[in-house]
Amino acid sequence: MSNQELLKSVEAPDNPNIPELSPGDTVKVFLRIKEGNNERIQEFRGTIIRMRSGGNNGNFTVRRVASNGIGVERTFLLRSPRIEKVQVERHSKVRRAQLYYLRDRTGKSARLKQKFS
Amino acid sequence: MLKGLIGKKVGMTQIFDEAGVAIPVTLIEAGPCYVTQVRTPDKDGYSAVQLGFVEAKPKRLSGGQLGHLKRNNLPPLRFLREFRAKEPGLSEGDPVKVSVFAVGDAVDVVGTSKGKGFQGGVKRYHFRGGPKTHGQSDRHRAPGARSSGTTPGRVYKGSRGPGHMGSERVTTQNLKVVLVDEERNLLGVRGAVPGAKGGILLIKEARKQ
Repeated sequence: MSNQELLKSVEAPDNPNIPELSPGDTVKVFLRIKEGNNERIQEFRGTIIRMRSGGNNGNFTVRRVASNGIGVERTFLLRSPRIEKVQVERHSKVRRAQLYYLRDRTGKSARLKQKFS
Repeated sequence: MLKGLIGKKVGMTQIFDEAGVAIPVTLIEAGPCYVTQVRTPDKDGYSAVQLGFVEAKPKRLSGGQLGHLKRNNLPPLRFLREFRAKEPGLSEGDPVKVSVFAVGDAVDVVGTSKGKGFQGGVKRYHFRGGPKTHGQSDRHRAPGARSSGTTPGRVYKGSRGPGHMGSERVTTQNLKVVLVDEERNLLGVRGAVPGAKGGILLIKEARKQ
């Protein structure tokens, strides 16, 4: 086997419970959280502001505005076993790949136009 | 029991542990090696084991090398390296496989670092270089003064300065074994190891545990 194939063979496989995602999507990420011996599922709902490809190292960043208007961003590895599943709630019409401009906006101007497919 | 192997660097990737934490892993194609010679205190003055790795075409080896291997009816092996071991518990001709290591072991990995060519003091020894502003010209990456004045009037031998960097033997200590695949002779260690992909590595039990 070639080096590339050997490396691929030990890497984690794609998570089948993650659909195709794109920047601007409103998503719910279901995370497995371990507390002592218990495992529970935590949800993180927000807008994808960045997708990074790269196979085994691919990741995406979800931004949500928490209480008091404080923005919270979390980056998830696409192949992490901690992700139970991802649900896409809404697609948006966006004109760029990285939606960093959302960080400077609040209220009405931080909305994205919905895209129906 | 001897805990040592010769291997080839495959490359780096990341895998997830049981807790879901991504850990950086270097894959090494390790073994199977063969014991080509056993050094004993009586005969050689020290005890060690010579291992051989990678089967080669017979015409790639010299007659002396072939004869050395033929003594124990071993295939032609390209790389021969010695490992010190007080009580190796092995005899000539024995195979050594990755199974000598287990997940959780600490190992030292020896390799030849990537060659960097002729480099200045800033890259080679982390000299600070000169000031970047205040009217400086040509002093940004200069090494500064190398010695004192009239006494001694020369640069001491062994002073650090620009020169050839890399392509030297480097040991990375105390790497954790995170993966052992006996079937494919694969070893995974946490962290980076010296050298380019395809480089020959020596894997030993960690000295400082």
